[in-house]
Amino acid sequence: MLHSERVRGIVYQALLLAAVVGVGWYLIDNTLHNLQTREIQTGFGFLGRSAGFEIGETMIEYDPSRTYGRALAAGLLNTLWVSALGIVAATLLGTLIGIARLSSNWLLARLASAYVETVRNVPLLLQLFVWYGMLTELLPPVREAIAFGDLVFLSQRGLRYAWPQPAPGWSAAGWGLAAAVAGVLAWRWLAARRQQATGAQWPLLWPALAMLAGLPLAGWLLGGAPTALERPVLGGFDFQGGKALSPEFVALLAGLSTYTAAFIAEVVRGGLLAVDRGQDEAAMALGLRPGQRLRLVTLPQALRVIVPPLTSQYLNLTKNSSLAVAIGYPDLLAVANTTMNQTGQAIEAIAIVMAVYLSISLAISLLMNWYDARLRLTER
Amino acid sequence: MSWLRTRLFSTPLNAALTMVLLALLAWGLPPALRWLVLDAVWGKAPAAACDAVRGHGACWAVVAEKYRFMLFGVYPYALQWRPAAVVALLTALLAVSGVKALWRPWLAAVWAAGIALTFWLMSGGLGLEPVRTEQWGGLPVTLILAIFGAAFAFPLGVLLALGRRSRLPVVRALSVVYIEAVRGVPLITLLFMASVMFALFLPEGMRIEQLLRAQVAIILFVAAYLAEAVRGGLQAVPRGQYEAAEALGLGYWKATALVILPQALRVAIPSIVNSFISLFKDTSLVVIIAIFDFAYAVKKSVETDFAWKKYFIEAFLFSILVYWIYCFAMSKYSQRLERELARGTRR
Repeated sequence: MLHSERVRGIVYQALLLAAVVGVGWYLIDNTLHNLQTREIQTGFGFLGRSAGFEIGETMIEYDPSRTYGRALAAGLLNTLWVSALGIVAATLLGTLIGIARLSSNWLLARLASAYVETVRNVPLLLQLFVWYGMLTELLPPVREAIAFGDLVFLSQRGLRYAWPQPAPGWSAAGWGLAAAVAGVLAWRWLAARRQQATGAQWPLLWPALAMLAGLPLAGWLLGGAPTALERPVLGGFDFQGGKALSPEFVALLAGLSTYTAAFIAEVVRGGLLAVDRGQDEAAMALGLRPGQRLRLVTLPQALRVIVPPLTSQYLNLTKNSSLAVAIGYPDLLAVANTTMNQTGQAIEAIAIVMAVYLSISLAISLLMNWYDARLRLTER
Repeated sequence: MSWLRTRLFSTPLNAALTMVLLALLAWGLPPALRWLVLDAVWGKAPAAACDAVRGHGACWAVVAEKYRFMLFGVYPYALQWRPAAVVALLTALLAVSGVKALWRPWLAAVWAAGIALTFWLMSGGLGLEPVRTEQWGGLPVTLILAIFGAAFAFPLGVLLALGRRSRLPVVRALSVVYIEAVRGVPLITLLFMASVMFALFLPEGMRIEQLLRAQVAIILFVAAYLAEAVRGGLQAVPRGQYEAAEALGLGYWKATALVILPQALRVAIPSIVNSFISLFKDTSLVVIIAIFDFAYAVKKSVETDFAWKKYFIEAFLFSILVYWIYCFAMSKYSQRLERELARGTRR
């Protein structure tokens, strides 16, 4: 009996399961006992209680009288916001640098690789400290802010900029943009169908640009062409009016995107190198123009190599955004930290943070796996 | 001349690009050089000397003034030769381990001896004055967190990787859940957990020191990443090797230890080194739970002294340089290994 592989397998698994359950039970038992003796409250009831602390910047309405749940939601939105912007910025910067590293221009390639080798070999936390330090110490105080006209002001308090006063024309322009995006997608679909059916190619770039520029402009004009701006004006100790970006936000965004860009550059470089030279030569032999070769032959094949590691860089960036807590940007972890200190309910607070990050990781993975699968379908 | 023509001015576009880049360098380099080197205050100098050049020259005097605190934290001043020896020892061990000719079984024994020596030098006893772990700080703590983290995470990572490829469903499921859960959360949340929750997990009266708790969190975190690196290696081992081992009558453990793992680990070495570089950088996150590693010692060294507080950028640049030297050396090494390996398999 004991020599049967099946039986031994079952025995091993039963033992392992028993060990895991045993250790888990031991830890949970200890925890419950400790919670009881220290009279720490348990449960998620605290989420409904009033938080009582300020949050520097929020995207939803929040004040200290709101609940802990609301505070955590505000923190989560900040995390998502800075991660989303960071992903866009890091992708653009990283792609440029990755292509630059492969440039035939010696100087450009050297500069790009110096950037990559410097930035990715230094802890992100220290880079954030330096970014934050530069923004708060080296920039002038509010009264001597660096001004670009009377529209943009840069000072220790961050970036203040003028913003259009709300007017029907602007929301019409927004609708115009949405319509343009839908129009471009529809045009692309129609053009593809047309090409499949008849082989005739419709131009894509110019109609797309025309729609993207024209429709919002039309909306703006129809809405009365509003031009009034809300300008920042120095009053009291800080600027009033306009929109603001805090130094914490700018430092975090700059640090996250420049750091991740170095890794994305390597991913992009690897992907482009992975495409066989023969592919490009074959496309040339078919008479495709350089732009078409890149768009129709090289890029689709490079993307297959690029997408999986790119996904993990996006995930890293999102997880790294939790370093916000070190420079005082109120992300999810920072808010949870304050919550934990005030309520003493560390287990619940950390569990919420972990669950949220796990869900974000899972969501990004699923999305990118779907995109990856779509790319792969084109393979034979 | 022909080098210039082919590398910098091959096409009009390339020539224009070169000119733009040269112009940018000519605009940016001189002020940077002046700030970093020419107008900077070098060597030991009072803070007033730095105040005089503030704005156009760096203050490296802050490093000369604070380097002992930056490197060794609050370790007793008179005994700081001991952490200095530890830094030298661990750095030498890392360097020696990079030499392929020395990858012999006795290297493990050398490491064991080195780790024992590290402990003895840091904590004292046996003729040395004892020093409590709360007083450890600076670069040796960073090296210890990284090296011990890797040393203990490695076996765990190998087991998890094997578990993830096991035929036993329970083993596989547990491994997958562990690996994916840990990789899905930021290291800081694990460190927070270590610093506030470990105390609740343990029986009353049992306490673990803060440094050890952080070390455990780092080990648990890195193991998941190492597991994925090793799994990549395992997947690269051809099926025939498994079948051949089975045909020789080797059982699972013997086949794994003697046939599969040696080949898998060889392939996985570059990604293992890369995980180690990430780990080395990630140890700096312990700053957030106030553990005196190198980054925190540098931060504290300027934060706590009003006269030097303004010169934190120079202090951070110094710490960046130190981290960079370690990580750059390791990444160059990993790239070389990767090339060697590629050459080996192409033949």
